Amino acid sequence: MTYIKPKFRHPGLKRNKIGFAKSDYEGAISTLCAGCGHDSISGAIIQACYEMAIEPHHLAKLSGIGCSSKTPTYFLGNSHGFNSVHGRMPSIATGANLANRDLIYLGVSGDGDSASIGLGQFCHVLRRNLNMVYIVMNNGCYGLTKGQDSATADPGSVSKEGSNNAFQAIDLVGLSLELGATFVARSFSGDKKQLVPLIKAAMSHPGFAFLDIISPCVTFNNNPGSTKSYDYVREHIAATSRLDFVPEEKEITVSYEEGTSASVRLHDGSLIHLQKLSPHWDPTDRDSAMNHLQKAKSHGEILTGLLYIDPHSGDLHQLLDTVAQPLNTLREKELCPGRAVLEEINAEYR
Amino acid sequence: MSSDSVVNDMVIRFANVNGTGSASANDMFSKAIFRMGIPVSPKNIFPSNIQGLPTWYEVRINEKGYLGRRAGVDLLVGVNPQSYAKDIAAVRPGGYFMYDSTKKLHHEFDREDIHYIGIPMMRLCMENFQHPRQQQLFKNIVYVGALAALLDIEIEVIRQMIREQFSHKEKLIPPNFKALELGFEYAQAHYDCPLDIRVERRDNVGDHIMIDGNTATALGALYAGVTVAAWYPITPSTSVVKAFETYAKRLRIDKATGKKKYAIVQAEDELAAVGMVIGATWNGARAFTATSGPGISLMSEFIGLAYFAEIPLVLVDVQRGGPSTGMPTRTQQSDILSAAYASHGDTKQVLLFPSTPTECFEMAAAAFDLADRLQTPIILMSDLDLGMNSHMSPPLTWDDERRYDLGKVLNAEELEKLEKYGRYLDVDNDGICYRTLPGTHPTKGSFFTRGTSRDEYARYTEDGEVYVRIVNRLLKKWETAKRYVPAPELYQKENRSTQGIIFFGTSTYAALEALTLLKEQGMELDAMRIKAFPFDKTVEQFIEAHEQVFIIEQNRDKQFRSLLVNELEVYPKKLLTILNYDGMPITADTIVHQIKDYLLMYAHNGRHINNHQRKSL
Ligand SMILES: Cc1ncc(C[n+]2csc(CCOP(=O)(O)OP(=O)(O)O)c2C)c(N)n1
Ligand code: SF4
Ligand SMILES: [Mg+2]
Repeated sequence: MTYIKPKFRHPGLKRNKIGFAKSDYEGAISTLCAGCGHDSISGAIIQACYEMAIEPHHLAKLSGIGCSSKTPTYFLGNSHGFNSVHGRMPSIATGANLANRDLIYLGVSGDGDSASIGLGQFCHVLRRNLNMVYIVMNNGCYGLTKGQDSATADPGSVSKEGSNNAFQAIDLVGLSLELGATFVARSFSGDKKQLVPLIKAAMSHPGFAFLDIISPCVTFNNNPGSTKSYDYVREHIAATSRLDFVPEEKEITVSYEEGTSASVRLHDGSLIHLQKLSPHWDPTDRDSAMNHLQKAKSHGEILTGLLYIDPHSGDLHQLLDTVAQPLNTLREKELCPGRAVLEEINAEYR
Repeated sequence: MSSDSVVNDMVIRFANVNGTGSASANDMFSKAIFRMGIPVSPKNIFPSNIQGLPTWYEVRINEKGYLGRRAGVDLLVGVNPQSYAKDIAAVRPGGYFMYDSTKKLHHEFDREDIHYIGIPMMRLCMENFQHPRQQQLFKNIVYVGALAALLDIEIEVIRQMIREQFSHKEKLIPPNFKALELGFEYAQAHYDCPLDIRVERRDNVGDHIMIDGNTATALGALYAGVTVAAWYPITPSTSVVKAFETYAKRLRIDKATGKKKYAIVQAEDELAAVGMVIGATWNGARAFTATSGPGISLMSEFIGLAYFAEIPLVLVDVQRGGPSTGMPTRTQQSDILSAAYASHGDTKQVLLFPSTPTECFEMAAAAFDLADRLQTPIILMSDLDLGMNSHMSPPLTWDDERRYDLGKVLNAEELEKLEKYGRYLDVDNDGICYRTLPGTHPTKGSFFTRGTSRDEYARYTEDGEVYVRIVNRLLKKWETAKRYVPAPELYQKENRSTQGIIFFGTSTYAALEALTLLKEQGMELDAMRIKAFPFDKTVEQFIEAHEQVFIIEQNRDKQFRSLLVNELEVYPKKLLTILNYDGMPITADTIVHQIKDYLLMYAHNGRHINNHQRKSL
């Protein structure tokens, strides 16, 4: 793109390799409650995009409806955004991606948005392996409509009003592993160290990259007895690994101890380094991920980190066998068969 | 041959069992008539079922070119004993019932006032063909052969069609010829051929084609540059996307790479289908979806988003009998109101009403220009009769000079020159603002698309004054839309009568025939065909200029009338309706009778009627 104007540059301001400061990735001032987990995730997205040196206009941010879905207003102010309708962001993202495969699509949703009203679209966008990052800011409740239990609330979890949730929880991580997702991670809004490299890895993944991020709602679901409160999550978190995302051109300098590390090379040459906390765990093995998830659950632990990745994933465009050129750039010349062909078609109907 | 035989004016109905291969034989029959230069209009009457239930195929042959449905069956080809009783009852007195006489017809089916033509279809096939499947399939060709003899169809025309159909499976040509001959010869040997209803070559079809509306719609979308189609299967719209796929596979493969210049997604439901279309058009591709009534209901929330956030959206509604699952394989025009006001809040959607396959093609193509130009949903209101039946229609045409109108979209250069971009600023004072596409410019032109209220710069606001400004601008855009949508068609140079008639969509066939019939009986009416919503001024003027206006529509609740009353400043009592909603296309007779009844009633009440010289009586 040749339209980048030389801006006034504060000499002291740090910039990434394409000349953008971190502030260029910020959005409007957040209007969420002070302390809301969602704001920390917005911060991690800003940090990840800055570090990845993403051209802001090469990313489109999409969301459904909810406090979580409002967050795209608060990050990447120079990117196009689409705040759609409740639970239907996946279909908007699918159409957008089909129209232009060259952009990065960052979808943000809530647990209500994805696990209840939008559960169908969530499952189907995942099945199609749409090339996008899909973040669920999971607080176990409907923040925007004042704290009702969501479908990800654990059985027995106590709401602010004091009621016990009677129903089984939908674990979006377990579900997505089962449905064949090609990138599955769980994290915690309070763990920026883990979150930033995870988001970076997700953006490099050539398919559907799912991040379930536990993100406490300080106003409606941060009380004692809630399994989505800051305190509860901190006490029960169990990380699978420490993770580093190494962009393609960077020299690998970090060294890992033999036997405890794994690295996964992505299609663009980037590397994900995982310092494994359990020697029996292989991030490219779906069965192992499912087993560990199940085990952790029965121990009351919240397993975080990159749980599964299929580095050979082929996205929807590959499955549909579309041309490399974005479809939205094709015009009459490429698309319209013209009059003569129409006359041939007419002849077939006589 | 009796001298008082009726030539080129009849209705032939075929009663079949679905899933038995009768459809292609029936098509062959009507195509043969068409190729003899005689206007023909076939209609499928089929159940919502895959195999084993009765289906009918009704062909009207009319050399004057009346293509609407006509009641009364002149000859019924009954190959389904399940429906014999109903079928025999449908034959007009003096008409014919042709049946498979391999089995003797039971006495309960005797009728004094019709003729029976027994052709031992199954026996002839058993004697001449080996495989049971063949015996079953060729039964259909046997009755086509018999009809050729009985109605005087040129057998060579049928033979030629068989040759064309099996040009890639030449082995199948001789047995098909054989079956044709068996029927033909049997009929000739046993009955006086031709009957007193018969066909005779004419030159009355010009360069017309026989095509169904759904295929024509799909071709319109393809020619208009659609690259993304998302859909969820539903009768009677399924064949729109299927035809799009067929032609895309043929015409949209990149020669160099073999890859597709299109993407089709079978979505998980209609909500997702329309969401994908909105996502694609938001991102600058041309996209569409096709559905029917139940889909429109499901899509409503998203249609409102596209309306309010001003995102182009093309939606094809092939209407069927409602409400709910209704009569899924029958036709109606009963989504008028749910489409016109689709979604909650103050919304109005642009509707287009094609009445022929050619118009399906033209209006589908136009819909994409309109959607991009107006940045709003455009709904193409087809119906099952138009979409799924072949209609004789002028050939499809395309001007190679034609360019897609992508509307107001700013490119990087234009953005670069702009001081400050506002997505919802009405710069040109026509209610249509400038859009930008993601990825255009690194620092300019990005905005946040949302279904919530926002100001001219796309910033969220709950300020009532700003909200009113925005929704009023949408009304201004609605006014602008009137200049862009197809204008109504008038069928007279100037109004001559005190009565007018308004129709739209597939009622056109019957309405035009009815007008001629009424005229022959000394009743002349001025006529207007509406092609789009919003209505332009001429609709109001037309209604004002007449004492009564008959609205022809195919639903129970007078939905089109409601729309006229709601949107125009007209006197509602003037608007009388002629309705038909039994799931079958409306007939000219229905219209003629009801108009005559109305006029008589008015005469009774001492008012002058149908004064087409516009003088007081
Ligand atoms: C069709 C529809 N139904 C209901 C709502 C009301 N609504 C808005 S946000 C929301 C729940 C949001 O919960 P979640 O996705 O978990 O987001 P959070 O606010 O917790 O971040 C609901 C039910 C709506 N906007 N649309
Ligand atoms: S209500 Fe909860 S989820 Fe919504 S902004 Fe406040 S803390 Fe965050
Ligand atoms: Mg929530």
